[in-house]
Amino acid sequence: MDFNALGVCFTTPACVVTQATSGLIVGMLLFLVAAGLTLIFGVLKIVNFAHGTFYMLGGYVAYSAYAATDSYALAVLAGAVAMALFGVLFERVLMSRVYGSNVLMQLLVCYAVVLIFDDIVKSVWGPEFRAMGMPAAFQVPPLFIAGGVVPPFYAVLIGIAALIAMVLSLGLSRTRLGKTVRAAAVNPQMVSALGVNTTVLFAIVFAIGGGLAGLAGALAGPVRSLSPGMGFSILIEGFIVTVIGGMGSIAGAMVAALVIGLVRGFGTIGFPGFTDGLIYIVMIGILVLRPQGLFGRPL
Amino acid sequence: MSGPVTRRTLLAGGTATLVAAPWVARAQANTLRIGMQSILSGPIALLGTSSRNSLLVEQDRINAAGGFLGRQIEFVFRDSKGQPQEAARVARELVNTAGCELLVDAEASSASFAVQEVMRDLNVACIHTNSETSSLTADPKIRVPTAFRVARQGVHDAVAGSLYLADFANAKKINKWATCSPDYAYGRDTTAQYLQFFKKFKPDVEVVTEAWPKLGQPDFTEVITKLIQAKPQALFTLLYAGDLSAFVNQGNVYALFGQMTVATPNVDYPVLAAIKNLPAGIQSATRYLETFPDTPANKEWGQAYFKRWNERPTNWSWQNSVAMHFYEAAIKKANSLDGKAIAAALTGLKINSPFGADGTITMRDDHTTIGYAIGWGQTIPKDPFITDIKPADWGKIIELETEWKKQQNYS
Repeated sequence: MDFNALGVCFTTPACVVTQATSGLIVGMLLFLVAAGLTLIFGVLKIVNFAHGTFYMLGGYVAYSAYAATDSYALAVLAGAVAMALFGVLFERVLMSRVYGSNVLMQLLVCYAVVLIFDDIVKSVWGPEFRAMGMPAAFQVPPLFIAGGVVPPFYAVLIGIAALIAMVLSLGLSRTRLGKTVRAAAVNPQMVSALGVNTTVLFAIVFAIGGGLAGLAGALAGPVRSLSPGMGFSILIEGFIVTVIGGMGSIAGAMVAALVIGLVRGFGTIGFPGFTDGLIYIVMIGILVLRPQGLFGRPL
Repeated sequence: MSGPVTRRTLLAGGTATLVAAPWVARAQANTLRIGMQSILSGPIALLGTSSRNSLLVEQDRINAAGGFLGRQIEFVFRDSKGQPQEAARVARELVNTAGCELLVDAEASSASFAVQEVMRDLNVACIHTNSETSSLTADPKIRVPTAFRVARQGVHDAVAGSLYLADFANAKKINKWATCSPDYAYGRDTTAQYLQFFKKFKPDVEVVTEAWPKLGQPDFTEVITKLIQAKPQALFTLLYAGDLSAFVNQGNVYALFGQMTVATPNVDYPVLAAIKNLPAGIQSATRYLETFPDTPANKEWGQAYFKRWNERPTNWSWQNSVAMHFYEAAIKKANSLDGKAIAAALTGLKINSPFGADGTITMRDDHTTIGYAIGWGQTIPKDPFITDIKPADWGKIIELETEWKKQQNYS
């Protein structure tokens, strides 16, 4: 532990800006993954253990689309749309058959999907890592704000993720579909009894969840290496965010993702070598004080 | 062929299969199976796949020349994903179930130590081809009679790299350094060795910060910003493969390479190709380069590999190729596949090699290779990617390695 370094960092604007930005980018990408995870749990009470696969496939689809079109915007769109469609397929063909089954059966189905698609990715894109490369538009020097370093690419990613969060939040609170989804999260039987086609609704929820994970994988493509099995580590952090935020809460996922991001950003200064451990300690601390998570309903 | 399958054709087919079976079985039994295990998936799968590719080239070459002791060879590949417990299981499975009579352990150090322990019970020869952690063979307590290393050794690279970097740092007046290496045996041990020798050659070196990202970590943002905060003049990193590629791509976003000089011994051709905007001026070792040693034999080998796989070889590729050259020479000398006989033949064996600093590589008595080409230069964004290469002084390497082994009570 290096409290001195942490203290110096907190009193230095350059350090605060740099570490906060790095925390925001880690947090925002995590939010996109966790939002889908928590949305699916909120409505269907299903823990989608295959969610990391959506993130991985989104990255790979974007990689191929970028290679084919040389357009990062199209690549990101392709990654998100492909995973939204894959989400519908996944829900209709597999998950809909295990609704109401015990959690072990759901876990087994998801785990099978993870292994199958890891191998498919290996066959299609090869077992070695792939790197998309930075789009020409973002090959620019970083901005210096109060002496801190803010990469323009990351600023754009943070902006996109914040916009998605806003659209998701407004969509859930203001639109008819959003209200139906929220109602289904509270009482799906009543929603069904009122004539809402829950089959379509559940598929839409998976499409949104899958699309968000695919979007995160695609957005991160230019800076993160792509490799089979890469969805696993992001899934673990996605679960941590979901649990801290409160299972089923989008707002909770946002706050928890930012907490995790900032803990990573500043933890690396004050707790070098113990950043991962610190995240779990924060999680334990929050769950001791609020077992239902920051924004979860009381257990 | 069409028409219904009659009882008569079925019986004829069955009889033919029964008659042919002993010949098929005998042909299979006559094939010499060689087990190879490595990391064949994940962000550092390049380690395993480029090793496997090289071994398949060797398999064709050896079989075309008549095989080992008149038997055609066939590799059996297994993916341990770099997990020590899985690596130990796979090693036993390759010998006890798959019937392999020789082993090529192409694991990273994280798993090679587990394989090494398994080798104590199995009377087959094993060559570790990718583990660079010195203690694997340098520590007599860890060394195993039938297991050898045909690979770079951390302490050799550390001496060579430290000598080069000390000269470089003196010329550029750089004494504030940061380190960033993977958080496992290889990263920790080899960084410590580099720093030990570096401080010996340049006593005013100050390490202002250290970062230890996990192997396969997807995001290095917090590591990069931590390095920027520490304001070192130079960074030494042992990241490799997909991790190095991601680190450089993410570092570019922060203009990291404009803020400090970077030195790494781990740049391979495919990594250079994957890093889309390779910064110029990274001080880099030559893992494998067609232009170092600048000999026709080395160039020919590199181009043959490229022709077969449509990608360029890695450091791991040449190491695995040389392992098969050593097996070939030792089996011929021992005229046996017995683990102990091969071990006796391997010890002290010197072979001609395109990858030798003087055209030869020697398997020393402590079961590790010496004399392979080591050089340091600086990166440029296009082929040949590393220029101004200075070859290492093997006399100095051996002298300082001997001192180091005494300090570690290894000799």
